Amino acid sequence: MATGHEAAAAEHAPTASEYIVHHLTHLKSAQQTSLVDWSVFHVDTLFWSVSLGLLAIFLFSRAASKATAGVPGRFQAAVEIIVEMVDSQAKSIIHGDRSFIAPLALTVFVWIFFMNAMDLLPLDLLPNVWGWIYGAAGHDPHHAYMRVVPTADLNATLGMSLGVLILCLYYSVKIKGIGGWMHELFTAPFGSHPVLYPINFAMQLIEFVAKTVSHGMRLFGNMYAGELIFMLIALMGAAWAGTLGSGLLWIGGVLAGAIWAIFHILIITLQAFIFMMLTLVYIGQAHESH
Amino acid sequence: MNLNATLFAQLVVFLILAWFTMKFVWPPIMKALDDRAKKIADGLAAADKAKTDLALAEKKVVDELRKARESAGEFRTAAEKQGATIVDEARAEAARIIAAAREAAEKEAGAAAQRAKEALRDQVAQLAVAGASQILRREINPQVHADLLANLKQELK
Repeated sequence: MATGHEAAAAEHAPTASEYIVHHLTHLKSAQQTSLVDWSVFHVDTLFWSVSLGLLAIFLFSRAASKATAGVPGRFQAAVEIIVEMVDSQAKSIIHGDRSFIAPLALTVFVWIFFMNAMDLLPLDLLPNVWGWIYGAAGHDPHHAYMRVVPTADLNATLGMSLGVLILCLYYSVKIKGIGGWMHELFTAPFGSHPVLYPINFAMQLIEFVAKTVSHGMRLFGNMYAGELIFMLIALMGAAWAGTLGSGLLWIGGVLAGAIWAIFHILIITLQAFIFMMLTLVYIGQAHESH
Repeated sequence: MNLNATLFAQLVVFLILAWFTMKFVWPPIMKALDDRAKKIADGLAAADKAKTDLALAEKKVVDELRKARESAGEFRTAAEKQGATIVDEARAEAARIIAAAREAAEKEAGAAAQRAKEALRDQVAQLAVAGASQILRREINPQVHADLLANLKQELK
């Protein structure tokens, strides 16, 4: 078992399912019994997402405050490469005022990349550190829950996709006017006929819901699955018990962990990029008449 | 997976971060990028201009060199001509001086010869008188025979 669980192992080593359930349990402000409970917070998700968001904007505002037209340093050049990449994507998708949308896309990309990158930290590192702190504070370390990948929490990803939805609605009204947008809601995609109005409106509603849910679910699903695979690999490594079979499992765990982590570098970047591109595409659709 | 208030907190954080980026991160970086692009464009234009200027300057240098060479040639020709003139003039002057000197010398020599002739004539006359007085063995009064002597002198001319 991983190092931080030695104290637990003294009593009884957690089974594989206990290990995974422990890792998948959020640090909550209160116990949640129903599927939806708006009075509960995931403290770990909020802590890590806000911290990483602050880190991201700290790094970028540092680059921004030092930005000059002179010869850029490596850090500034790296930031500028990302900014230019985002700007060129925004330029190709959004036709119109991009003074908020392009920075929004940059925020989405960098913030989600940072949150996804938490997956590459050793799986038990931060939860164990939290376990020590929690235990030192006089609580039972068995109940020290900590999930460090905010994007593997559906609340975080749906929160962001809901933000994108709100911006879509805002830009729809802003670009087309309330009348123009209403007209579009009832006449697109099938055409302008009183019989078709409810069908069109239903289609539009489904479209908005589907876009928002799939937007948030896609990121969540990828990161949740990735995290789960890291846990299974960690279980392979934890199988070490001095026998040949367990030794082979341990070696398999090391190999699989290395391979999955390397592959995950691609996934975290790709998912951040996809989330950013969909954000731009959805807001871009709000700019165009059907 | 449970849905809870984390969702709305995340939404608000998301919008705040995006707003912050729009306000404080995006504009300075974009401005720096645009400024740099302009600076580079200016630099390239300046380099182009410098290249053109250099070509012009080189052409001018060649022109100037050619002009200088031409004018130096002209100066040399003129100087040679002037030198020749000066030499000719000096030669003519020298010839004139030599002729004048020769003339003066000849005149002097003529005068001296004349003087010598006169002196010789006087002496010849005296000699003739002395000879005659010897021949006549008597004193002849030079005053009485002045006319005679003058005639004799005249004949000796």
